[in-house]
Amino acid sequence: MSSPPVIRVSALCKSYSTPAGDFPALKGVDLRIEAGDFVAVMGPSGSGKSTFMNLLGCLDRPSSGEYLLDGRAVSRMDKDELARVRGRLIGFVFQGFNLLPRMSLQDNVAMPLVYANVDRAERRTRARAMLEKVGLGAYAESLPNRISGGQQQRVAIARALVNAPHLILADEPTGNLDSQTSEEVMALFEALNREGITIVLVTHEADVAAHARRLVRFRDGLIIHDGAHDGLGRHE
Amino acid sequence: MIATLLGQAWHAMGANKLRTFLTMLGMVIGVAAVVLMTAIGQGAQLAVAESINSMGANLFIVLSGSTTSGGVRAGGGNAPTLTLADAAAIRDLPGVAEVAPVHPGSGQIVYGSSNWSTSVFGVTPGYLDVRRWSLQSGTSFGDSDLRSATRVALIGRTVAQNLFGAEDPVGKTLRIRNNPFVVVGVLAPKGQSLDGRDQDDTVLVPLSTAQRKLFGVSFQGSVRMINVQTESAEAMPLVEREMIALLRQRHRLRENQDNDFFVRNLTAVADSAAETTRVMSLLLGAIASVSLLVGGIGIMNIMLVSVTERTREIGIRMAIGARERDILLQFLLEAVIISVVGCMIGLALGIGGALLVNALASTAVVISGASVLLAFGVAATVGIFFGFYPAQKAARLDPIEALRYQ
Ligand SMILES: Nc1ncnc2c1ncn2[C@@H]1O[C@H](COP(=O)(O)OP(=O)(O)O)[C@@H](O)[C@H]1O
Ligand SMILES: [Mg+2]
Repeated sequence: MSSPPVIRVSALCKSYSTPAGDFPALKGVDLRIEAGDFVAVMGPSGSGKSTFMNLLGCLDRPSSGEYLLDGRAVSRMDKDELARVRGRLIGFVFQGFNLLPRMSLQDNVAMPLVYANVDRAERRTRARAMLEKVGLGAYAESLPNRISGGQQQRVAIARALVNAPHLILADEPTGNLDSQTSEEVMALFEALNREGITIVLVTHEADVAAHARRLVRFRDGLIIHDGAHDGLGRHE
Repeated sequence: MIATLLGQAWHAMGANKLRTFLTMLGMVIGVAAVVLMTAIGQGAQLAVAESINSMGANLFIVLSGSTTSGGVRAGGGNAPTLTLADAAAIRDLPGVAEVAPVHPGSGQIVYGSSNWSTSVFGVTPGYLDVRRWSLQSGTSFGDSDLRSATRVALIGRTVAQNLFGAEDPVGKTLRIRNNPFVVVGVLAPKGQSLDGRDQDDTVLVPLSTAQRKLFGVSFQGSVRMINVQTESAEAMPLVEREMIALLRQRHRLRENQDNDFFVRNLTAVADSAAETTRVMSLLLGAIASVSLLVGGIGIMNIMLVSVTERTREIGIRMAIGARERDILLQFLLEAVIISVVGCMIGLALGIGGALLVNALASTAVVISGASVLLAFGVAATVGIFFGFYPAQKAARLDPIEALRYQ
């Protein structure tokens, strides 16, 4: 394949300054993710998974190291370009859903389109279509607090998808959901991956990780395992 | 895009209606105060300008004054030191346009069963020109009336209303201090003087009649005061100097003696009155502007609170593609909407208040388009100025820090 990998990071480091001095949360991570892959990221709490995802999502900047997104160096992008990347190339799904509480589900889903300068009518149709796709078309006018956690996460996924990104980053998307709803959400991710969208997903649960094609394990800010799904997770 | 942003701003403001209302109230009060205060200030200026205009231009008043007798000085106008001959001599000075000697007095006026106490001025026909006073009906008295001291009178509107009601006074006979006088004319209304007296509450009679038949004088030809009108404003300083020199010479005052007369420059008094009201209305406007400023600070305060409260929302918006300028615009727009809507309500209240003052009080209140425009411009500026810092604070947030904010 001549097209560059979706994600290519090398020697990625991130330190947080704390009252007790600099704390290295990532100590030199190398990773390459090709288009269409489905990667599960696992590891004990505090091992740097979220830190890594935030860097991939262009929400934070690394202390050192290189990050190429679609072959482009993120470190050379200015703030506006980073905003553009967050809005159009990447869909980020949070553990806590992060919907805006006072807006209807449809308006929540349509919000990335506002910042992409899509006109109102088009925003409406696309947001509707995305809600249909995650099975919540009937709730378009409801407020987020009217629906269950699993449904909220599906709305958040619809929002992440609305601008047709080719990379979905999800940090513990099922962390707040029971196993039944977790399965529903994971089925959705699998379907998206079949459509060709690259997915990187952090999870604590082996059942969830089992949906992925590839498993990456973190410990103490380093990758200690990277390979095809090996079934190791099932014993965690 | 702007429509969407407006909708969002409206939404955000609607989420906390009481707070939005209270913030707006600061603006409302500020703008209403500015509009009302400038309206009152401009009304006062207009009133002063009108009374100055009614007074006559380029005027001196010369009052006969204190003769020092045994160390006791009598007040101005009491001692009969000025004479008609002095008036005639002043008229011949270069730069003098008109001279009008006056004998002021007062008396009880009776017509039929009505009576009225008012000021009675003995004047020459030239007095009306000097004071720029015209007649509403009838005719003035002339030089022949002056020569033969006829009992004729011109009455002001207030006197006419109080004695004659709806009747036409011209040709009627009334009694001043028990002397019968024929009303030959009614003076056009002049309104209030600078010191707040009703200028229409007066009766004018020929000077000679006043002196000989009404009040009497210490010696023939003496007058209490002389109105002197110069040809131009520029001539006033020269005329003042020449006039003082002339009177001192005519009164045979030695070098070391004080003037036995007073010269008052009425135009200077008027100018300073105009200046006083101008400063007063500026001051009113300035005080009102302070409340506008306080309103602006209120907006800034609330916007800062709002930015802090909505830090997480800002983080979410940034995570899904909002640029700095999108966030900036969002918060700026909220501040501007608050200040502009507040301004419009304030304008309505201010104008309403001014109209109310107009209706209730006799003082004039002037609402000028300029002051309304100014208030509006200031409100928008206040919104942008005080909204900018909080909005910028929001826009400069780091996405990940904002998302972590609980
Ligand atoms: N903002 C921060 N400031 C200081 N330390 C942090 C911050 N965020 C994370 N850390 C630390 O960095 C390490 C990795 O955190 P994180 O990436 O959230 O781990 P994980 O998601 O794998 O649980 C942890 O020890 C955590 O305490
Ligand atoms: Mg985490």
